[in-house]
Amino acid sequence: MPAGAEVDVVVIGGGATGAGVLRDLAMRGLSATLVERGDFASGTSGRYHGLLHSGARYVESDPISARHCIEENAVLRRIAPGTIEPTGGYFVATPDDPDDYLDRFPAACAKAGIETEPVPLDELFRAEPLLSREIRAAYRVPDAALEPWELVDGTLNSAREHGATAHRYRAVIGFERDADGSVAAVMTRDTRTGEEETIACRAVVSAAGAWAGQIAELAGARLTMSPGKGSMLIFNRRFSTAVINRLAPPGDGDILVPVHTVCILGTTDITGEDPDDAVVTEEEISALLADGERLVPGISGARVLRAYAGSRPLYDADEVSGAASHDESREISRAHHVIDHGARDGVGGLWSIVGGKLTTYRLMARDVTDAVAAALGNDAPCRTADEPLPEPAGHSPYWLGDRLAAIEAEGGGDADLVCECELVTRQRLADALDRRADSSLDDLRRTTRLGMGPCQGAFCMPRAAAMLDARRADGRLHPAAPDANVALRSFAAERLRGTRPIAWGDQLTELFLTAGIFRGTLGTDALPEHTGGDDAAS
Amino acid sequence: MTFHDAAARDFPAFSTDACIKCNVCNTVCPVSRVTDEFPGPKYVGPQAQRFRGPGEGSDAPDHSVDLCSGCGICTRACPAGVLIAETNNRARAGIVEERGSSLRNRLISDTDLLIRLGTPVAPLANIGLKNRLARWFGEKTLGVHRRGPLAPFSRRTFRAWWKREKRPTALEAGSDPSRTVVYFHGCAVNGFEPDLGRDAVEILERNGLTVIVPPQECCGLPFISNGLYPRAREKARRNLESLAQYARAGYRIVGTSTSCTHALKAEYREMLDLADDDATAVADATWDICELLVDLHDRGELDTGFAPIAESIPYHPPCQLKSHGIGLPAMDLFALVPGLRAVDSDHDCCGAAGTYGLKAERWQIAQDVGAPLFAKVRAAKAAGASRAACDSETCRWQIEQSSGVPTVHPVSILAESYRRADEAASEPRRRLV
Ligand SMILES: Cc1cc2nc3c(=O)[nH]c(=O)nc-3n(C[C@H](O)[C@H](O)[C@H](O)COP(=O)(O)OP(=O)(O)OC[C@H]3O[C@@H](n4cnc5c(N)ncnc54)[C@H](O)[C@@H]3O)c2cc1C
Repeated sequence: MPAGAEVDVVVIGGGATGAGVLRDLAMRGLSATLVERGDFASGTSGRYHGLLHSGARYVESDPISARHCIEENAVLRRIAPGTIEPTGGYFVATPDDPDDYLDRFPAACAKAGIETEPVPLDELFRAEPLLSREIRAAYRVPDAALEPWELVDGTLNSAREHGATAHRYRAVIGFERDADGSVAAVMTRDTRTGEEETIACRAVVSAAGAWAGQIAELAGARLTMSPGKGSMLIFNRRFSTAVINRLAPPGDGDILVPVHTVCILGTTDITGEDPDDAVVTEEEISALLADGERLVPGISGARVLRAYAGSRPLYDADEVSGAASHDESREISRAHHVIDHGARDGVGGLWSIVGGKLTTYRLMARDVTDAVAAALGNDAPCRTADEPLPEPAGHSPYWLGDRLAAIEAEGGGDADLVCECELVTRQRLADALDRRADSSLDDLRRTTRLGMGPCQGAFCMPRAAAMLDARRADGRLHPAAPDANVALRSFAAERLRGTRPIAWGDQLTELFLTAGIFRGTLGTDALPEHTGGDDAAS
Repeated sequence: MTFHDAAARDFPAFSTDACIKCNVCNTVCPVSRVTDEFPGPKYVGPQAQRFRGPGEGSDAPDHSVDLCSGCGICTRACPAGVLIAETNNRARAGIVEERGSSLRNRLISDTDLLIRLGTPVAPLANIGLKNRLARWFGEKTLGVHRRGPLAPFSRRTFRAWWKREKRPTALEAGSDPSRTVVYFHGCAVNGFEPDLGRDAVEILERNGLTVIVPPQECCGLPFISNGLYPRAREKARRNLESLAQYARAGYRIVGTSTSCTHALKAEYREMLDLADDDATAVADATWDICELLVDLHDRGELDTGFAPIAESIPYHPPCQLKSHGIGLPAMDLFALVPGLRAVDSDHDCCGAAGTYGLKAERWQIAQDVGAPLFAKVRAAKAAGASRAACDSETCRWQIEQSSGVPTVHPVSILAESYRRADEAASEPRRRLV
């Protein structure tokens, strides 16, 4: 390691890809640290559709992606079974879907190595009674539901076991570069305290997803991203037991994914949006519901809990292909791409990894780590597909009934629930706080599902805020953790962000009740910024 | 029709979507009020429902839902229209489907079978029911609580009497739908309380109605309550087969058990998913007897020649009656009897909830639920009441057993008043015996 360097590699971005890179680097014996500007998996990885792709969706439009997906699908089932609910998936042909696509589909899947099986319609409707009776053909594929927060958490924990470190709420604000233009250090700022820190390093991997263009720019390199906004709707309950895909070229509301207690309908695809400004519009909601009707008639009348959007980390294919000399295929894939900014822009020591899927995060990490390790003279093999991730708590694979069964096993009725909708016990929340004492309520939500059910936090937010306050009183809360009043207000604002676009019907009634509790009973509008009198004064 | 109605119809268990978590159901639940074992209707209903589904192990991983007595008070109280008790019952049926049911539950649900076995040996069986040792044995081996309210078998069933009397079991030529009713007697009248059936027929005939009793079986409610849906559907289908023709032709079906009539009106469709035209026709044609008598009175067709009964009687409107959404017709009828003062028990549930209060492991809960009611009934007796009144059989048996005060159906009091009037008129009508 050159003098002054603190680590071999700094990884930028704490989504699935960044976590995967950190793990791979660490397992190859390189010292590495990761910085993420928000919470881990709070970017696209925490705002995606929830599907462990079989690849069948891309067999025609993007065969490379399809192949990557099916291969990684098998790998993840092996190394991270606790983050996967093996729901299986169906591709179903509605009357609006083209006949020729239906005819070509099985062969295209076979070519990509994806196993399909035709499903008799009576069997389909028995398994999925809410599906439209107009569906005229169905194939079974190895899709599944993939839990992103547990996956990222497990990947980071594995990286830590191999000696790496990861820091959240630490944003990259600039780079120090050597005379030859190569990066020498990464400048970061703590987004909560404002404290700045420079990390000297030999190499940098930008795994900043849709934000990778911004990172490249900070380093004086060039990378044009064209982030694709995708909006999704979360329904109050599952409408299907398996993932349901339309048997047609990829379109808007054509996939329904059962995820924990809910199901998610998505997605739209709108290019050129600022990744930080992913607002769900009325038009998108109407389009999603109209398409959803073709799969589940009546779905547009069902209860929607919230709408949210993510930003696809898509790159400008023309720009990248120009520099992609090592790309074997002439066909430009929407699959991932490794960019060596030293070779391309004269910014040595910086690599970007863009594109891809959450499903292929490990493969993406492997490819960029191969490039970085080679440049640093490390020839250790990649072992990330062989070694399983540390197990998350609970069942493996994950199972919908898990929490209910656990509470029953503990004696049922006496469970001390903080979040009643998602069955988050006081103990579960306390454990999460013990692990990460600097968490905001929204951070706790990601790993516990606090506030993710029908009431969207109306009842659990005050309870959880009270827990934070009690911990602060007995000195068990991290100084960077938000004050309970602030935590309560910001969590309420965050929950409202997702319910506002779908404020009709049941969820509107719920919102009024929530407003009554917060503004009326609790008077949250009048809460002081700080709960503690002494602190407020100082 | 609101969306919720549509959702409830199309996706029956999906009415839980309307839950806003407000807790009103928890504040009215009589079971969670007396035991910590039951986490309450919100928890086992709309909350747990989101965690039930196909998956590893069991579709319904919880068992606390089995503590729901099914009284239905939560459903009535829910401001959002969630079918809470119905959701719970379906969940229980899911558990039974997966894990099977106890012999006890299968046995106490099968009232038709019990009556077939018990009636021929009624004197002996009734000794058994009263015998402490036998009941102790029944608790140990079967799990039927030794003090659970069980009514004695009648020596002869209502149906046997009807047959012996050669009374009509089908329409006669020239029947008029406005002057003829179909009597759904239910198992209680058939096997345990045939006198109530005779009282009912007496009153209906006195008011100019011809009563026919076509073939029928247990309504299936005990099977429904115990989650034994396939058995309940068998019963329901046979009843619908027999009754639908009358319903379609405009005849009313009248019952003396608010539980059976509610099964015909609601449960067949809401729980058993029997939503065809037959089920709808029967549901629309079904009346509770007091509801029907009040209707006659509203039209000026009820014989109001009631003789005075100078007594203050505690009246308990059962949960099932309240689920009908027809008010308290018995109170309206009591008001027609000179001197009679009926006092609404103003208590939600007696605890029996069909077979719930019989079960060894539920008996104490059922007693605790009904305790304030029993105290009120006892106090009324101390103040001079000779009996209490209640429209549902298992509730009557529970109140009688736990308070020690004889408890009768409202129409039995009306029948008595009519008879006294006849006696006073010195030309007594023939009493049906
Ligand atoms: C609508 C939608 C649906 C999708 N559905 C699926 C699906 O069903 N299955 C599937 O496999 N894939 C799906 N994808 C794709 C998948 O979600 C993404 O490819 C994947 O999550 C990208 O992960 P990442 O780690 O590369 O990016 P991210 O998760 O976005 O991580 C990048 C991180 O960088 C951080 N960052 C940004 N700037 C800075 C800075 N200055 N300093 C420090 N950190 C910074 C961000 O905060 C962010 O956390 C979907 C994508 C979208 C948009």
